[in-house]
Amino acid sequence: MTDRNSTEYAGWGRALRANGVLARPNTQSEINANAPAIGNRRSYGDAALITGGTAQDLTQLDRIIAFDRTTGLLTVEAGISLGELARVLAPQGWLPAVLPGTGFATVGGAIGMDVHGKNHHHVGSFCQHVTSITLIQGEKTKTITPKSGSIWKATCGGLGQTGIIVQATLQLSQARGDMMLVSEQRATDWDHHIALLDGSDAPYTVGWIDAMATGTSLGRGIVEEGEICRGLKPTARGSKKIPFDAPHLALSSPIVRAFNALYYRRVPKSGRTVVRPINDFFFPLDKIHDWNKLYGRRGFHQFQCVVPLNQSSVLREMMEKVASSGLASPLAVLKRMGAGLNGESAGYMSFPMEGYTLAIDFPNRPAARDLIAKLESLALKANGRIYLAKDALSTGTAIKSMYTDHPKWAAATAKADPHKHLQTDMTRRLDLRT
Amino acid sequence: MTDTWIILGASSTIAKAFTRSVAETGAHVILAGRRMDDLEASAADASARSATGATPVAFDARDPATFQPIIDAAIATGGTINCAVFVGSMPSQDDINADPALVDGTIADSFTGPARFLQMLAPVLSEQGSGSVVGVGSVAGDRGRVGNYVYGAAKAGFATYLSGLRNQLGRNGVHVLTVKPGPVDTVMTQGLGDQPFMTTADAVVADIHKALRKKRNTLYTKWIWWPVMTVIKLIPEPIFKKMSI
Repeated sequence: MTDRNSTEYAGWGRALRANGVLARPNTQSEINANAPAIGNRRSYGDAALITGGTAQDLTQLDRIIAFDRTTGLLTVEAGISLGELARVLAPQGWLPAVLPGTGFATVGGAIGMDVHGKNHHHVGSFCQHVTSITLIQGEKTKTITPKSGSIWKATCGGLGQTGIIVQATLQLSQARGDMMLVSEQRATDWDHHIALLDGSDAPYTVGWIDAMATGTSLGRGIVEEGEICRGLKPTARGSKKIPFDAPHLALSSPIVRAFNALYYRRVPKSGRTVVRPINDFFFPLDKIHDWNKLYGRRGFHQFQCVVPLNQSSVLREMMEKVASSGLASPLAVLKRMGAGLNGESAGYMSFPMEGYTLAIDFPNRPAARDLIAKLESLALKANGRIYLAKDALSTGTAIKSMYTDHPKWAAATAKADPHKHLQTDMTRRLDLRT
Repeated sequence: MTDTWIILGASSTIAKAFTRSVAETGAHVILAGRRMDDLEASAADASARSATGATPVAFDARDPATFQPIIDAAIATGGTINCAVFVGSMPSQDDINADPALVDGTIADSFTGPARFLQMLAPVLSEQGSGSVVGVGSVAGDRGRVGNYVYGAAKAGFATYLSGLRNQLGRNGVHVLTVKPGPVDTVMTQGLGDQPFMTTADAVVADIHKALRKKRNTLYTKWIWWPVMTVIKLIPEPIFKKMSI
């Protein structure tokens, strides 16, 4: 039951596109073991694109297979989205331990990218709460666990290259309610912003940064700290949709500058505390469907890097370049990441590491691409790395020097997928499988 | 009293979405279909989503021997029995032209099978004096078109059957809703390419619940199909027979 027609489709950033076959299996038995799996295509670049081949959209495999309400162990099919899980589980007192910035990400995608959330400083990354993964490898179906060694570390954050992820068991975390108590305060400049992030011990912490502010205001923003609570539910507001590609003017520099200034002043000088539905806190942009169309047909890029704690000055240098370029969009985020659960990362190619992570969106223009190249070389020099879920522009040489465990990953994937059936546009562009 | 929903054809895409929606209100679901392993997985999914109970049972529209055990399973739950029918099969008209024997199966799956099942269930619902029947037909049943008329004829028969069932059960407080979806992005429509006014299973389910609340008799979903089909039904046969729509 597959659609044999070749179609054009894109990553979330819409700057990179592919022409190929999109298949959509409805049951596990319909899966073709030799075609890479994709989910809701929330990776910005080409991680979910397969030009000239077949990509298997697994979003129809979206069932909960087993749920133990006493232990919080949940087995699901890989195509279920994290937003759906949060919606179903929170009223029953549980939540996925890690939730990324969009609820549209699927469990399979969250494993393939080893995603992180606003609580990384406490609980580590997504895969550190996965207790087993079922993979289809050629003729075989195999279940692996953290004790499986290199295949596990190559699967977590492994871009789906070790087999088709069809099921996973997650250790959920207990949620005392389905509301979020959020305190917001202004960070007046770079040093203040970093100090607030360093000083935060809240379960969930993230900083929004005004990437247009320069001079003494450089790095100003709002630091949000959240804690799950029980509360009165405000009436649900419907979602909105961006119906067509916006004109280029929509995110031009004067408009972004004005928006950011207003957004900054939204929070009073003395700070404030508000109660929000958890989905609004975790997935603030999901209410605006297809918000990626705001950037027009040319699409956009997101630059996201993490640098070690002692390299925050390099991050400041990046911020100076971004602010003076006037190219950034309102979406810019700064966060302090922890060392991971038990001080280690889940997989060989996992992005999260202890340090500061900066994520900024740019419209897809030549000047922005040049700037991103500069930011990347700064990240590399600072012993940092960039996030493959966002990347569309990097080179294999840079990625391989950032991810020092890459050779171990390449060896494990060569064993798991010897004929390289699971390659994607990203693994080819970055020449990762060699 | 909790609701019990018999879901006939529980593996279909729309049925899956409907099952979830009633599971989340705490209903007991009886999942009837052919693939037991798939039904068992769906039952686990329904339980995790707060269904009071979830029972997979074998159902084959072409095998009436499978019907009574489903009704017995529903009665055993002790809840208010409701039934939603999502069965049907749609071989392409070209395949049917090549193998006329396919007519029998298409009509059994989409019309005579579910009609016989509902006929067996009707006395139980009458005695209960409440509950709802949701019968999923198709806009294809509103007029016989060159590209799809065997399926269309089966759905037309089913729609007429539902109309009569409504007439009968309505006297005893049981509501019958006929649903006529246009193209929905499901297993059935995969590979057909772009379809006009395509909608999603979740949107159809939301419309069904709204129509149940308002006790509507016939629901076109998307709504645009009501004016579209009204116009198509009005085209005089001498002209219609020359058209390919």
